[in-house]
Amino acid sequence: MHLDVRNVSKRFGSKAAVERMSFTLDGSGFVGIIGRSGAGKSTFLRMLNRLTDATEGEILADGKDVLKLRGAEKRAWQSQCAMVFQQFNLVPRMDVASNVLHGLLGRRPMMATLFNLWSEDDIARALAILDRLGIAEQAPKRAEALSGGQQQRVAIARALMQDPEIILADEPIASLDPMNAQIVMDTLKRINVEDGRMVIANLHTLDTARRYCDRVIGMRDGRVVFDGTPEQLTRGAARDIYGADASFSESATSTDLGALQPDDQYAAALLGD
Amino acid sequence: MTLANAALANETASYLAHVRRKRLYGGALLALFALLMLSGFKLANDRNAGGFWDGLHRIFDFPAEIFSEAFVNWRNLPGLFVKFVPSLIETLNIAAVSTLFGALAAAALALLSTRGLSLWPRMTPLFRRMMDVMRAIPEIVIALVLIFLLGGGPVPAMIAIAFHTTGALGKLFSEAAENADTKPVEGLASVGAGWAQRMWFGILPQVAPNWSSYALLRFEINIRASAILGFVGSGGIGYDLKTALQWGQGKYDAVVAIFALLFLTIMIVDHISDRARARLVKGERAA
Repeated sequence: MHLDVRNVSKRFGSKAAVERMSFTLDGSGFVGIIGRSGAGKSTFLRMLNRLTDATEGEILADGKDVLKLRGAEKRAWQSQCAMVFQQFNLVPRMDVASNVLHGLLGRRPMMATLFNLWSEDDIARALAILDRLGIAEQAPKRAEALSGGQQQRVAIARALMQDPEIILADEPIASLDPMNAQIVMDTLKRINVEDGRMVIANLHTLDTARRYCDRVIGMRDGRVVFDGTPEQLTRGAARDIYGADASFSESATSTDLGALQPDDQYAAALLGD
Repeated sequence: MTLANAALANETASYLAHVRRKRLYGGALLALFALLMLSGFKLANDRNAGGFWDGLHRIFDFPAEIFSEAFVNWRNLPGLFVKFVPSLIETLNIAAVSTLFGALAAAALALLSTRGLSLWPRMTPLFRRMMDVMRAIPEIVIALVLIFLLGGGPVPAMIAIAFHTTGALGKLFSEAAENADTKPVEGLASVGAGWAQRMWFGILPQVAPNWSSYALLRFEINIRASAILGFVGSGGIGYDLKTALQWGQGKYDAVVAIFALLFLTIMIVDHISDRARARLVKGERAA
Protein backbone atom coordinates (compact mmCIF):
# COMPACT_ATOMS: atom_id res chain seq x y z
CA MET A 1 0.00 0.00 0.00
CA HIS A 2 1.31 3.39 -1.00
CA LEU A 3 -0.26 6.30 0.87
CA ASP A 4 0.24 9.85 -0.33
CA VAL A 5 -1.21 12.60 1.87
CA ARG A 6 -1.29 15.98 0.12
CA ASN A 7 -2.18 19.27 1.77
CA VAL A 8 -5.00 17.84 3.85
CA SER A 9 -6.78 20.41 6.04
CA LYS A 10 -9.74 20.31 8.35
CA ARG A 11 -11.29 23.50 9.68
CA PHE A 12 -14.10 23.86 12.16
CA GLY A 13 -15.35 27.37 11.46
CA SER A 14 -12.28 29.58 11.53
CA LYS A 15 -10.26 27.18 13.69
CA ALA A 16 -8.01 24.70 11.89
CA ALA A 17 -7.70 21.25 13.47
CA VAL A 18 -5.40 19.99 10.72
CA GLU A 19 -3.55 22.49 8.50
CA ARG A 20 -2.03 21.48 5.13
CA MET A 21 -0.73 18.10 6.27
CA SER A 22 1.49 16.25 3.77
CA PHE A 23 3.59 13.07 3.90
CA THR A 24 3.96 9.75 2.08
CA LEU A 25 4.02 6.21 3.44
CA ASP A 26 5.17 3.08 1.67
CA GLY A 27 4.94 -0.59 2.43
CA SER A 28 3.85 -1.85 5.79
CA GLY A 29 5.54 0.04 8.56
CA PHE A 30 4.47 0.85 12.09
CA VAL A 31 3.86 4.60 12.07
CA GLY A 32 3.31 6.61 15.22
CA ILE A 33 1.72 10.05 15.19
CA ILE A 34 2.61 11.94 18.35
CA GLY A 35 1.69 15.30 19.77
CA ARG A 36 -0.19 16.70 22.72
CA SER A 37 -3.96 16.51 22.86
CA GLY A 38 -5.67 18.85 20.43
CA ALA A 39 -2.79 18.66 17.94
CA GLY A 40 -5.06 17.18 15.25
CA LYS A 41 -3.93 13.53 15.45
CA SER A 42 -7.41 12.10 15.92
CA THR A 43 -8.94 14.37 13.29
CA PHE A 44 -6.39 13.13 10.77
CA LEU A 45 -7.07 9.44 11.46
CA ARG A 46 -10.81 10.08 11.29
CA MET A 47 -10.38 11.76 7.91
CA LEU A 48 -8.31 8.84 6.65
CA ASN A 49 -11.06 6.43 7.70
CA ARG A 50 -13.68 8.84 6.31
CA LEU A 51 -15.49 9.20 9.63
CA THR A 52 -14.95 12.95 9.18
CA ASP A 53 -14.82 14.82 5.89
CA ALA A 54 -11.72 16.86 5.09
CA THR A 55 -12.09 20.52 4.22
CA GLU A 56 -9.50 20.32 1.44
CA GLY A 57 -6.59 18.24 0.14
CA GLU A 58 -6.32 14.68 -1.08
CA ILE A 59 -5.16 11.32 0.25
CA LEU A 60 -4.05 8.96 -2.53
CA ALA A 61 -4.13 5.26 -1.65
CA ASP A 62 -2.37 3.42 -4.48
CA GLY A 63 -3.17 6.39 -6.69
CA LYS A 64 -6.87 6.72 -5.83
CA ASP A 65 -8.12 9.73 -3.85
CA VAL A 66 -10.01 8.22 -0.91
CA LEU A 67 -11.36 11.58 0.24
CA LYS A 68 -13.59 11.75 -2.83
CA LEU A 69 -15.15 8.28 -2.46
CA ARG A 70 -18.90 8.06 -1.89
CA GLY A 71 -21.48 5.38 -1.08
CA ALA A 72 -20.40 1.78 -1.73
CA GLU A 73 -16.86 2.78 -2.75
CA LYS A 74 -16.42 4.72 0.49
CA ARG A 75 -17.62 1.74 2.54
CA ALA A 76 -15.27 -0.54 0.60
CA TRP A 77 -12.38 1.76 1.54
CA GLN A 78 -13.48 1.79 5.18
CA SER A 79 -13.40 -1.99 5.24
CA GLN A 80 -9.83 -1.72 3.90
CA CYS A 81 -8.61 0.52 6.71
CA ALA A 82 -9.80 -0.71 10.06
CA MET A 83 -10.06 1.64 13.04
CA VAL A 84 -9.30 0.93 16.69
CA PHE A 85 -10.57 3.57 19.14
CA GLN A 86 -9.40 4.85 22.52
CA GLN A 87 -12.68 3.86 24.18
CA PHE A 88 -12.89 0.55 22.21
CA ASN A 89 -16.29 1.50 20.69
CA LEU A 90 -17.74 -2.00 20.96
CA VAL A 91 -21.45 -2.75 21.29
CA PRO A 92 -21.49 -3.37 25.05
CA ARG A 93 -24.61 -5.55 25.26
CA MET A 94 -23.65 -7.97 22.47
CA ASP A 95 -21.37 -10.95 22.93
CA VAL A 96 -17.68 -10.81 22.06
CA ALA A 97 -17.88 -13.02 18.96
CA SER A 98 -20.76 -10.94 17.52
CA ASN A 99 -18.70 -7.80 18.06
CA VAL A 100 -15.83 -9.39 16.13
CA LEU A 101 -18.21 -10.46 13.34
CA HIS A 102 -19.26 -6.83 12.97
CA GLY A 103 -16.00 -6.44 11.05
CA LEU A 104 -17.82 -8.10 8.14
CA LEU A 105 -20.84 -5.78 8.16
CA GLY A 106 -19.74 -4.02 4.97
CA ARG A 107 -19.47 -7.28 3.02
CA ARG A 108 -22.46 -9.42 3.95
CA PRO A 109 -26.15 -9.05 2.90
CA MET A 110 -27.93 -6.54 5.13
CA MET A 111 -30.98 -8.61 6.17
CA ALA A 112 -28.81 -11.55 7.27
CA THR A 113 -26.62 -9.31 9.41
CA LEU A 114 -29.64 -7.61 11.03
CA PHE A 115 -30.80 -10.99 12.32
CA ASN A 116 -27.25 -11.94 13.33
CA LEU A 117 -27.22 -14.83 10.84
CA TRP A 118 -23.52 -15.43 10.16
CA SER A 119 -22.20 -18.47 8.30
CA GLU A 120 -20.35 -21.10 10.31
CA ASP A 121 -17.17 -20.31 8.39
CA ASP A 122 -17.37 -16.68 9.46
CA ILE A 123 -17.98 -17.68 13.07
CA ALA A 124 -15.06 -20.12 13.00
CA ARG A 125 -12.81 -17.39 11.60
CA ALA A 126 -13.91 -14.95 14.33
CA LEU A 127 -13.10 -17.54 16.98
CA ALA A 128 -9.71 -18.24 15.37
CA ILE A 129 -8.86 -14.51 15.46
CA LEU A 130 -9.95 -14.27 19.09
CA ASP A 131 -7.77 -17.30 19.81
CA ARG A 132 -4.81 -15.64 18.13
CA LEU A 133 -5.24 -12.70 20.51
CA GLY A 134 -5.60 -15.09 23.44
CA ILE A 135 -9.24 -14.42 24.35
CA ALA A 136 -11.16 -17.23 22.55
CA GLU A 137 -12.68 -18.41 25.82
CA GLN A 138 -14.43 -15.01 26.21
CA ALA A 139 -16.44 -15.44 22.95
CA PRO A 140 -19.94 -15.96 24.43
CA LYS A 141 -19.58 -13.23 27.09
CA ARG A 142 -21.03 -9.76 26.74
CA ALA A 143 -18.41 -7.23 25.64
CA GLU A 144 -19.20 -4.99 28.64
CA ALA A 145 -18.25 -7.79 31.05
CA LEU A 146 -14.61 -7.73 29.89
CA SER A 147 -11.76 -5.67 31.29
CA GLY A 148 -10.47 -2.67 29.33
CA GLY A 149 -7.46 -4.52 27.96
CA GLN A 150 -9.60 -7.45 26.84
CA GLN A 151 -12.13 -5.10 25.23
CA GLN A 152 -9.35 -3.41 23.27
CA ARG A 153 -8.21 -6.82 22.05
CA VAL A 154 -11.79 -7.55 20.95
CA ALA A 155 -11.71 -4.26 19.04
CA ILE A 156 -8.45 -5.33 17.39
CA ALA A 157 -10.05 -8.69 16.55
CA ARG A 158 -12.93 -6.79 14.89
CA ALA A 159 -10.35 -4.85 12.91
CA LEU A 160 -8.61 -8.10 11.86
CA MET A 161 -11.95 -9.59 10.82
CA GLN A 162 -12.06 -6.84 8.19
CA ASP A 163 -8.79 -8.27 6.79
CA PRO A 164 -7.60 -4.70 6.25
CA GLU A 165 -4.44 -3.40 4.62
CA ILE A 166 -4.14 -0.61 7.17
CA ILE A 167 -5.06 -0.55 10.85
CA LEU A 168 -5.62 2.90 12.31
CA ALA A 169 -5.34 3.07 16.09
CA ASP A 170 -6.55 6.25 17.77
CA GLU A 171 -4.86 6.41 21.19
CA PRO A 172 -5.32 2.65 21.61
CA ILE A 173 -3.72 2.52 25.06
CA ALA A 174 -4.71 5.85 26.60
CA SER A 175 -7.52 4.25 28.66
CA LEU A 176 -5.51 1.25 29.81
CA ASP A 177 -3.25 0.48 32.72
CA PRO A 178 0.48 0.03 31.91
CA MET A 179 0.36 -3.80 31.77
CA ASN A 180 -2.64 -3.96 29.45
CA ALA A 181 -1.18 -1.11 27.41
CA GLN A 182 1.87 -3.24 26.76
CA ILE A 183 -0.22 -6.28 25.76
CA VAL A 184 -2.23 -4.18 23.31
CA MET A 185 0.83 -2.50 21.78
CA ASP A 186 2.61 -5.88 21.49
CA THR A 187 -0.50 -7.23 19.73
CA LEU A 188 -0.53 -4.38 17.24
CA LYS A 189 3.22 -4.83 16.61
CA ARG A 190 2.73 -8.57 16.06
CA ILE A 191 -0.01 -7.94 13.51
CA ASN A 192 2.24 -5.44 11.80
CA VAL A 193 5.20 -7.83 11.62
CA GLU A 194 3.44 -11.17 11.07
CA ASP A 195 0.68 -10.07 8.65
CA GLY A 196 2.49 -7.18 6.99
CA ARG A 197 -0.39 -4.80 7.63
CA MET A 198 0.43 -1.11 7.95
CA VAL A 199 -0.36 0.27 11.40
CA ILE A 200 -0.83 4.00 12.01
CA ALA A 201 -1.21 4.72 15.71
CA ASN A 202 -1.85 7.99 17.51
CA LEU A 203 0.19 7.97 20.68
CA HIS A 204 0.72 10.62 23.26
CA THR A 205 3.71 9.21 25.04
CA LEU A 206 7.20 9.41 23.59
CA ASP A 207 8.50 6.21 25.15
CA THR A 208 5.76 4.12 23.46
CA ALA A 209 6.48 5.73 20.10
CA ARG A 210 10.23 5.09 20.50
CA ARG A 211 9.71 1.48 21.45
CA TYR A 212 7.25 0.36 18.77
CA CYS A 213 7.41 2.65 15.75
CA ASP A 214 9.53 2.47 12.60
CA ARG A 215 8.63 6.02 11.79
CA VAL A 216 7.34 8.89 13.89
CA ILE A 217 5.32 11.88 12.70
CA GLY A 218 5.08 14.75 15.18
CA MET A 219 2.16 17.15 15.05
CA ARG A 220 1.65 20.47 16.73
CA ASP A 221 -1.38 22.73 16.30
CA GLY A 222 -2.54 20.80 13.22
CA ARG A 223 0.83 20.89 11.39
CA VAL A 224 3.49 18.25 10.84
CA VAL A 225 6.56 19.46 12.74
CA PHE A 226 8.59 16.25 12.73
CA ASP A 227 8.85 13.30 10.37
CA GLY A 228 11.59 10.74 10.82
CA THR A 229 12.85 7.63 12.56
CA PRO A 230 12.63 7.20 16.32
CA GLU A 231 16.43 7.69 16.49
CA GLN A 232 16.10 11.15 14.97
CA LEU A 233 13.58 12.09 17.66
CA THR A 234 15.99 14.06 19.84
CA ARG A 235 15.10 15.93 22.96
CA GLY A 236 15.02 19.18 20.98
CA ALA A 237 12.65 17.67 18.42
CA ALA A 238 10.37 16.43 21.18
CA ARG A 239 10.40 19.89 22.74
CA ASP A 240 9.20 21.30 19.41
CA ILE A 241 6.39 18.77 19.12
CA TYR A 242 5.10 19.26 22.63
CA GLY A 243 5.67 23.00 22.58
CA ALA A 244 7.35 22.91 25.96
CA ASP A 245 9.98 25.30 27.30
CA ALA A 246 13.54 24.52 28.41
CA SER A 247 12.34 22.77 31.57
CA PHE A 248 10.69 20.08 29.41
CA SER A 249 11.59 16.62 30.56
CA GLU A 250 10.73 13.61 28.46
CA SER A 251 9.42 11.76 31.47
CA ALA A 252 6.57 14.26 31.74
CA THR A 253 4.97 12.60 28.73
CA SER A 254 5.33 9.14 30.20
CA THR A 255 2.60 7.28 32.03
CA ASP A 256 5.19 5.67 34.24
CA LEU A 257 4.81 7.45 37.56
CA GLY A 258 8.24 6.43 38.82
CA ALA A 259 9.86 8.35 35.96
CA LEU A 260 8.84 11.69 37.44
CA GLN A 261 10.95 13.22 40.17
CA PRO A 262 8.95 13.92 43.32
CA ASP A 263 8.04 17.62 43.39
CA ASP A 264 9.06 18.65 46.91
CA GLN A 265 8.33 22.30 46.31
CA TYR A 266 4.72 21.55 45.35
CA ALA A 267 4.24 19.23 48.29
CA ALA A 268 5.67 21.82 50.65
CA ALA A 269 3.39 24.51 49.25
CA LEU A 270 0.36 22.27 49.76
CA LEU A 271 1.18 20.98 53.20
CA GLY A 272 3.06 23.85 54.85
CA ASP A 273 0.90 26.56 56.37
CA MET B 1 -1.71 -17.96 25.77
CA THR B 2 -3.45 -19.22 22.60
CA LEU B 3 -5.25 -22.49 22.87
CA ALA B 4 -4.09 -25.72 21.29
CA ASN B 5 -5.90 -26.71 18.10
CA ALA B 6 -8.19 -29.18 19.83
CA ALA B 7 -9.15 -26.63 22.46
CA LEU B 8 -9.92 -24.01 19.80
CA ALA B 9 -12.11 -26.51 17.90
CA ASN B 10 -13.86 -27.22 21.19
CA GLU B 11 -14.40 -23.54 21.90
CA THR B 12 -15.70 -22.97 18.36
CA ALA B 13 -18.09 -25.93 18.58
CA SER B 14 -19.53 -24.77 21.89
CA TYR B 15 -20.02 -21.23 20.58
CA LEU B 16 -21.70 -22.58 17.43
CA ALA B 17 -24.04 -24.67 19.61
CA HIS B 18 -24.81 -21.52 21.62
CA VAL B 19 -25.61 -19.63 18.38
CA ARG B 20 -27.82 -22.45 17.05
CA ARG B 21 -29.78 -22.58 20.30
CA LYS B 22 -30.35 -18.82 20.20
CA ARG B 23 -31.51 -19.00 16.57
CA LEU B 24 -33.91 -21.85 17.40
CA TYR B 25 -35.50 -19.87 20.24
CA GLY B 26 -35.68 -16.73 18.12
CA GLY B 27 -37.30 -18.58 15.21
CA ALA B 28 -39.84 -20.32 17.46
CA LEU B 29 -40.80 -16.99 19.08
CA LEU B 30 -41.19 -15.33 15.69
CA ALA B 31 -43.43 -18.17 14.43
CA LEU B 32 -45.56 -17.99 17.58
CA PHE B 33 -45.89 -14.22 17.22
CA ALA B 34 -46.96 -14.46 13.57
CA LEU B 35 -49.49 -17.19 14.45
CA LEU B 36 -51.02 -15.13 17.29
CA MET B 37 -51.27 -12.02 15.13
CA LEU B 38 -52.95 -13.91 12.30
CA SER B 39 -55.47 -15.73 14.48
CA GLY B 40 -56.18 -12.59 16.49
CA PHE B 41 -56.85 -10.62 13.37
CA LYS B 42 -59.20 -13.30 12.05
CA LEU B 43 -61.12 -13.35 15.34
CA ALA B 44 -61.41 -9.58 15.41
CA ASN B 45 -62.57 -9.45 11.80
CA ASP B 46 -65.22 -12.15 12.42
CA ARG B 47 -66.64 -10.21 15.36
CA ASN B 48 -66.69 -6.97 13.42
CA ALA B 49 -70.19 -6.09 12.17
CA GLY B 50 -68.99 -4.87 8.77
CA GLY B 51 -65.71 -6.57 8.03
CA PHE B 52 -62.28 -5.08 7.48
CA TRP B 53 -61.87 -5.66 3.75
CA ASP B 54 -65.48 -4.66 2.90
CA GLY B 55 -65.18 -1.36 4.75
CA LEU B 56 -61.61 -0.50 3.82
CA HIS B 57 -62.42 1.49 0.67
CA ARG B 58 -64.94 3.63 2.58
CA ILE B 59 -62.37 4.86 5.09
CA PHE B 60 -61.80 8.14 3.29
CA ASP B 61 -65.49 8.91 2.61
CA PHE B 62 -65.97 10.97 5.78
CA PRO B 63 -62.80 13.07 5.52
CA ALA B 64 -63.59 13.58 1.80
CA GLU B 65 -67.05 14.87 2.67
CA ILE B 66 -65.64 17.26 5.30
CA PHE B 67 -62.86 18.57 3.08
CA SER B 68 -65.03 19.00 -0.02
CA GLU B 69 -67.49 21.12 1.92
CA ALA B 70 -64.73 23.17 3.55
CA PHE B 71 -63.16 23.64 0.12
CA VAL B 72 -66.40 25.08 -1.26
CA ASN B 73 -66.76 27.46 1.72
CA TRP B 74 -63.05 28.34 1.98
CA ARG B 75 -63.90 32.03 2.33
CA ASN B 76 -65.31 31.30 5.81
CA LEU B 77 -62.04 29.84 7.13
CA PRO B 78 -60.17 33.04 8.18
CA GLY B 79 -63.26 34.27 10.04
CA LEU B 80 -63.63 30.89 11.74
CA PHE B 81 -59.97 30.91 12.79
CA VAL B 82 -60.47 34.22 14.58
CA LYS B 83 -63.72 33.02 16.12
CA PHE B 84 -62.15 29.91 17.65
CA VAL B 85 -58.91 31.47 18.95
CA PRO B 86 -60.35 32.36 22.41
CA SER B 87 -61.52 28.79 23.00
CA LEU B 88 -58.17 27.50 21.72
CA ILE B 89 -56.45 29.68 24.34
CA GLU B 90 -58.72 28.19 27.01
CA THR B 91 -57.76 24.69 25.86
CA LEU B 92 -54.05 25.59 25.88
CA ASN B 93 -54.38 27.07 29.36
CA ILE B 94 -55.99 23.90 30.68
CA ALA B 95 -53.18 21.84 29.12
CA ALA B 96 -50.39 24.08 30.41
CA VAL B 97 -51.62 24.33 33.99
CA SER B 98 -52.33 20.61 34.24
CA THR B 99 -48.93 19.74 32.75
CA LEU B 100 -47.20 22.04 35.23
CA PHE B 101 -48.97 20.72 38.32
CA GLY B 102 -48.81 17.15 37.05
CA ALA B 103 -45.07 17.38 36.36
CA LEU B 104 -44.33 18.87 39.81
CA ALA B 105 -46.26 16.12 41.56
CA ALA B 106 -44.68 13.53 39.25
CA ALA B 107 -41.18 14.75 40.14
CA ALA B 108 -41.83 14.28 43.85
CA LEU B 109 -43.47 10.88 43.40
CA ALA B 110 -40.76 9.75 40.97
CA LEU B 111 -37.90 10.52 43.37
CA LEU B 112 -39.79 8.85 46.21
CA SER B 113 -40.34 5.71 44.17
CA THR B 114 -36.88 5.29 42.63
CA ARG B 115 -34.76 2.49 43.98
CA GLY B 116 -31.60 3.78 45.59
CA LEU B 117 -32.78 7.39 45.80
CA SER B 118 -35.95 7.17 47.85
CA LEU B 119 -36.26 8.99 51.17
CA TRP B 120 -38.14 6.02 52.62
CA PRO B 121 -36.98 2.95 50.68
CA ARG B 122 -39.65 0.73 52.24
CA MET B 123 -42.41 2.97 50.93
CA THR B 124 -41.38 2.82 47.25
CA PRO B 125 -43.96 0.12 46.34
CA LEU B 126 -46.70 2.32 47.83
CA PHE B 127 -45.73 5.31 45.68
CA ARG B 128 -45.43 3.07 42.64
CA ARG B 129 -48.94 1.68 43.12
CA MET B 130 -50.23 5.24 43.59
CA MET B 131 -48.87 6.15 40.17
CA ASP B 132 -50.31 2.95 38.66
CA VAL B 133 -53.76 3.95 39.90
CA MET B 134 -53.35 7.45 38.49
CA ARG B 135 -52.51 6.01 35.09
CA ALA B 136 -55.21 3.38 35.16
CA ILE B 137 -58.25 5.64 35.61
CA PRO B 138 -59.22 7.27 32.28
CA GLU B 139 -59.15 11.07 32.33
CA ILE B 140 -62.65 11.23 30.96
CA VAL B 141 -64.06 9.29 33.93
CA ILE B 142 -62.44 11.63 36.44
CA ALA B 143 -63.63 14.63 34.43
CA LEU B 144 -67.21 13.34 34.30
CA VAL B 145 -67.30 12.70 38.05
CA LEU B 146 -65.81 16.13 38.79
CA ILE B 147 -68.18 17.88 36.37
CA PHE B 148 -71.04 16.18 38.21
CA LEU B 149 -69.69 17.41 41.54
CA LEU B 150 -68.29 20.82 40.63
CA GLY B 151 -70.28 21.71 37.53
CA GLY B 152 -68.94 22.20 34.00
CA GLY B 153 -65.90 24.38 33.23
CA PRO B 154 -62.16 24.22 32.91
CA VAL B 155 -61.33 23.30 36.53
CA PRO B 156 -62.57 19.67 36.42
CA ALA B 157 -60.69 19.12 33.14
CA MET B 158 -57.55 20.61 34.66
CA ILE B 159 -57.71 18.32 37.70
CA ALA B 160 -58.49 15.25 35.60
CA ILE B 161 -55.58 15.82 33.21
CA ALA B 162 -53.14 16.74 35.99
CA PHE B 163 -54.06 13.51 37.81
CA HIS B 164 -53.31 11.36 34.79
CA THR B 165 -50.17 13.38 33.95
CA THR B 166 -48.80 12.76 37.45
CA GLY B 167 -49.08 9.01 36.99
CA ALA B 168 -47.74 8.92 33.45
CA LEU B 169 -44.84 11.34 33.94
CA GLY B 170 -44.00 9.88 37.35
CA LYS B 171 -43.18 6.53 35.78
CA LEU B 172 -41.03 8.06 33.03
CA PHE B 173 -39.32 10.44 35.48
CA SER B 174 -38.53 7.59 37.82
CA GLU B 175 -36.95 5.54 35.03
CA ALA B 176 -34.80 8.50 34.01
CA ALA B 177 -33.76 9.02 37.64
CA GLU B 178 -32.92 5.33 37.99
CA ASN B 179 -30.39 5.66 35.17
CA ALA B 180 -28.79 8.71 36.73
CA ASP B 181 -25.28 8.41 38.07
CA THR B 182 -25.31 8.06 41.88
CA LYS B 183 -21.72 9.22 42.35
CA PRO B 184 -22.65 12.92 42.66
CA VAL B 185 -25.29 11.94 45.24
CA GLU B 186 -22.66 10.07 47.20
CA GLY B 187 -20.36 13.07 46.97
CA LEU B 188 -23.08 15.35 48.33
CA ALA B 189 -23.95 12.89 51.08
CA SER B 190 -20.29 12.90 52.10
CA VAL B 191 -20.48 16.63 52.84
CA GLY B 192 -23.61 16.17 54.94
CA ALA B 193 -26.33 17.28 52.52
CA GLY B 194 -29.94 16.38 53.30
CA TRP B 195 -32.18 14.33 51.04
CA ALA B 196 -33.79 17.32 49.31
CA GLN B 197 -30.36 18.91 48.76
CA ARG B 198 -28.95 15.68 47.36
CA MET B 199 -31.83 15.39 44.90
CA TRP B 200 -31.75 19.07 43.96
CA PHE B 201 -28.00 19.25 43.27
CA GLY B 202 -27.13 15.63 42.51
CA ILE B 203 -30.03 14.26 40.50
CA LEU B 204 -31.97 17.17 38.98
CA PRO B 205 -29.12 18.55 36.83
CA GLN B 206 -28.60 15.06 35.39
CA VAL B 207 -32.23 14.30 34.61
CA ALA B 208 -33.31 17.80 33.58
CA PRO B 209 -32.93 17.23 29.79
CA ASN B 210 -34.90 13.97 29.90
CA TRP B 211 -37.52 15.21 32.31
CA SER B 212 -38.17 18.38 30.38
CA SER B 213 -38.48 16.58 27.07
CA TYR B 214 -40.95 14.11 28.63
CA ALA B 215 -42.89 17.02 30.14
CA LEU B 216 -43.02 18.89 26.82
CA LEU B 217 -44.23 15.77 25.02
CA ARG B 218 -46.85 15.41 27.74
CA PHE B 219 -47.88 19.04 27.13
CA GLU B 220 -48.60 18.17 23.49
CA ILE B 221 -50.60 15.11 24.53
CA ASN B 222 -52.47 17.21 27.10
CA ILE B 223 -53.51 19.78 24.47
CA ARG B 224 -55.27 16.95 22.66
CA ALA B 225 -56.66 15.56 25.92
CA SER B 226 -58.07 18.91 26.99
CA ALA B 227 -59.67 19.28 23.53
CA ILE B 228 -61.34 15.88 23.98
CA LEU B 229 -62.60 16.77 27.45
CA GLY B 230 -64.44 19.68 25.84
CA PHE B 231 -66.77 17.00 24.42
CA VAL B 232 -68.06 16.22 27.91
CA GLY B 233 -68.58 19.84 28.90
CA SER B 234 -65.37 21.34 30.19
CA GLY B 235 -65.23 24.16 27.65
CA GLY B 236 -62.42 25.04 25.30
CA ILE B 237 -62.08 24.19 21.65
CA GLY B 238 -63.38 20.65 22.18
CA TYR B 239 -66.84 22.00 22.94
CA ASP B 240 -66.87 23.90 19.63
CA LEU B 241 -65.63 20.81 17.80
CA LYS B 242 -68.39 18.69 19.30
CA THR B 243 -71.06 21.23 18.33
CA ALA B 244 -69.72 21.46 14.78
CA LEU B 245 -69.46 17.69 14.34
CA GLN B 246 -72.94 17.06 15.74
CA TRP B 247 -74.40 19.71 13.48
CA GLY B 248 -73.06 17.72 10.56
CA GLN B 249 -73.31 19.05 7.02
CA GLY B 250 -73.17 22.82 6.84
CA LYS B 251 -70.67 23.11 9.73
CA TYR B 252 -67.82 21.10 8.25
CA ASP B 253 -65.84 24.25 7.47
CA ALA B 254 -65.76 24.90 11.23
CA VAL B 255 -64.50 21.34 11.80
CA VAL B 256 -61.65 21.90 9.35
CA ALA B 257 -60.81 25.27 10.93
CA ILE B 258 -60.61 23.68 14.40
CA PHE B 259 -58.42 20.79 13.22
CA ALA B 260 -56.14 23.21 11.40
CA LEU B 261 -55.80 25.32 14.56
CA LEU B 262 -55.00 22.24 16.68
CA PHE B 263 -52.45 21.03 14.14
CA LEU B 264 -50.78 24.45 13.99
CA THR B 265 -50.67 24.64 17.78
CA ILE B 266 -49.04 21.23 18.13
CA MET B 267 -46.54 22.16 15.43
CA ILE B 268 -45.59 25.41 17.16
CA VAL B 269 -45.30 23.71 20.56
CA ASP B 270 -43.11 21.01 19.01
CA HIS B 271 -40.86 23.62 17.44
CA ILE B 272 -40.49 25.61 20.65
CA SER B 273 -39.87 22.53 22.77
CA ASP B 274 -37.20 21.36 20.33
CA ARG B 275 -35.36 24.66 20.73
CA ALA B 276 -35.75 24.68 24.49
CA ARG B 277 -34.42 21.15 24.77
CA ALA B 278 -31.40 21.83 22.56
CA ARG B 279 -30.61 24.82 24.76
CA LEU B 280 -30.89 22.75 27.90
CA VAL B 281 -28.78 19.85 26.64
CA LYS B 282 -26.01 21.73 24.84
CA GLY B 283 -25.96 24.92 26.87
CA GLU B 284 -26.67 28.52 25.96
CA ARG B 285 -24.47 28.70 22.87
CA ALA B 286 -26.27 26.02 20.87
CA ALA B 287 -29.60 27.80 20.78
